[in-house]
Amino acid sequence: MSKETSVKEPLIRLTKRDGMPVWAKILVYLVSILLALGVSALFIFFVTKLNPVDVYKTMWQGAFGGISDTVRKLHISVTVRDICTLLLLGVALAPAFKMRFWNCGAEGQMLMGGVATAFIMIKLGNSGLPNWLLLIIMCAGAILFGAVWGLIPAVFKAVWNTNETLFTLMMNYVAIQITSYCVALWENPFGSNTVGIINQSSRAGWFPELFGQRYGLNIIIAVIATVAMFIYLKKTKQGYEIAVVGESKNTAKYAGISVKKVIIRTMLISGAVCGVAGFVGVAGVDHTISTSTAGGRGFTAIIVAWLAKFNTFFMVAITLLIIFLNRGASEIASKFALNEYAANIITGIILFFILGSEFFITYKMHFRRKVKEA
Amino acid sequence: MDSVISLIQAAVVFGTVIMFGCIGEIVSEKAGNLNLGVPGIMYIGAIASLASVFAYESHAAEPNKAVCVIIALAACFGASALAGLIYSFLTITLRANQNVTGLTLTILGSGIANFFGGSLNKMAGGVGQISVAATSSAFRTTIPGLSSLGYFGKIFFSYGFMVYVAIIIAILVNYFLKKTRTGLNLRAVGENPATADAAGVNVTRYKYFATVIGAGISGLGGVYYVMDYIKGTWANDGTIEKLGWLAVALVIFATWKSVNAIWGAYLFGVLYWAYFYIPNLTRASQELFKMIPYVVTIIVLSVVSLRKKKENQAPAHLGLPYFREER
Repeated sequence: MSKETSVKEPLIRLTKRDGMPVWAKILVYLVSILLALGVSALFIFFVTKLNPVDVYKTMWQGAFGGISDTVRKLHISVTVRDICTLLLLGVALAPAFKMRFWNCGAEGQMLMGGVATAFIMIKLGNSGLPNWLLLIIMCAGAILFGAVWGLIPAVFKAVWNTNETLFTLMMNYVAIQITSYCVALWENPFGSNTVGIINQSSRAGWFPELFGQRYGLNIIIAVIATVAMFIYLKKTKQGYEIAVVGESKNTAKYAGISVKKVIIRTMLISGAVCGVAGFVGVAGVDHTISTSTAGGRGFTAIIVAWLAKFNTFFMVAITLLIIFLNRGASEIASKFALNEYAANIITGIILFFILGSEFFITYKMHFRRKVKEA
Repeated sequence: MDSVISLIQAAVVFGTVIMFGCIGEIVSEKAGNLNLGVPGIMYIGAIASLASVFAYESHAAEPNKAVCVIIALAACFGASALAGLIYSFLTITLRANQNVTGLTLTILGSGIANFFGGSLNKMAGGVGQISVAATSSAFRTTIPGLSSLGYFGKIFFSYGFMVYVAIIIAILVNYFLKKTRTGLNLRAVGENPATADAAGVNVTRYKYFATVIGAGISGLGGVYYVMDYIKGTWANDGTIEKLGWLAVALVIFATWKSVNAIWGAYLFGVLYWAYFYIPNLTRASQELFKMIPYVVTIIVLSVVSLRKKKENQAPAHLGLPYFREER
């Protein structure tokens, strides 16, 4: 008996929480973001000797404000545009992640969608098709290419259990090289090593202005995708199957769900939505194709999808935060003559804090209490 | 003949960068930590060494080459290990998701490196590019005498000392993982942490040490890149990130064995530079050639999973967290 009582209790013991009220979760996130902003402020102060409050104010200006009305409108529209693209990618990853399929290939799937879009834009730009029809064809092409790029690793995972994280990661670089290849093939003017603005005079295959908004169609597509994916995951049978496969493959098997079929189907959807993001990026934003059409967004989207816990509406909030940081940082870059990579530093610090804060949401800590000797 | 030799030389220099990244990642992955922050770690290692050497060279009247090398290596290893420590703290202690944490580390690392790299370039003024000539030349000093032995010397002895250090580390890591008790425990942690835990192995400590030391080794790829590959300068062109992902790919290609990483790295180098030496390629088809290392990695990954040979698989618990309370 005496031996048992002398077992040392660890200083901190962890148990899983049953669930935390939403307000408490939000509070934890807010505290972590504030802490992160504090650390970033220290960093800004010690490295650049600028007043961090001024810097944050400028960031706000860059994302949502501006010296004049026109500048402000421009800033907001660019911010909204960037949110739409990143949100689409996050939404695309949601079903795959919910299935515990680590689709790290959004970058490549988006680029393939972009390549297909640009190809159709160039080839059919002068065919005299009405713009809406051209847009539909482009979108279909983008969906097809994105879906195929998602399908390949899915088949290998389903049939041979090939590690999907590494497979999709490598597919990104294959897609990047294919994009570079196409850029060299389609370059215009010759020798510039860029494709240039496609159909600049005819604007064939460009997104039309909607309700006086340059990026109206981008917003509509992003909203539809967000709502549709939410319903698909929460309210449909297929969405339920995805959740079961994600929780336990064996349970799914015993329940009569074909795991292979679910993996392949889900990745087709995931890749297809990434392809749509490529379509939006090329036809709705850049009107050209290059490797920076995706520009690392595919990787950022992984973080977005994970932090939002696959809930597409939380994604809106997280996307907003990340895009705000990016836009804000390019503003401070030009105003204070810093370089734009400051955005990556601040983003990294904030994400680390949010990731760390999830620990306090999932687990409860029990500190060792002084036990009175009986 | 000359072009073959220059291809081999380019491949060896290129391969050394990714070999360091790969070996570090192997150590980390063997303990079950899939650290996707390798590009970020290489960035941090590169900029830490560059910045500290720059400070030393611009203050010292006559920079001592040995001191330069020591400063570069120590700063690099320290900074990279610190980055690994952040990753370890988040994934092991706070149990954050490994993929997401790793990617965030890559974002942070590229931010830090390019931010300070850009500022250093500005501070260097004049030509607009920083240069640490003394250190770079120390890193590129070849063994006197041996490098002039004709073709033989050119192929084997025309490199700076880091090329040989990489090979030695690869062999040592292989010996450590395969032949020592500690290495066996480390592999057990990566394969089945619950069993290792039951056998009395301190899973948390092993994971921490493997990831931190692994990150330190990966970071050496960064120092080799700035000091030798681009000769002590800096450019915000994202090459390190590309090479970092190739290092992750090489881990798969080498089937998690560090000795395979030696020839694998050089092979990647040959594949990467081959387009430069094949005549009559258009610029477009050059881009397709650069795809080959990734395609080869995908093929290896698929074949390994197809053949299901036990010794070629990824560690069974790779990328998964270990919570003792959840058994």
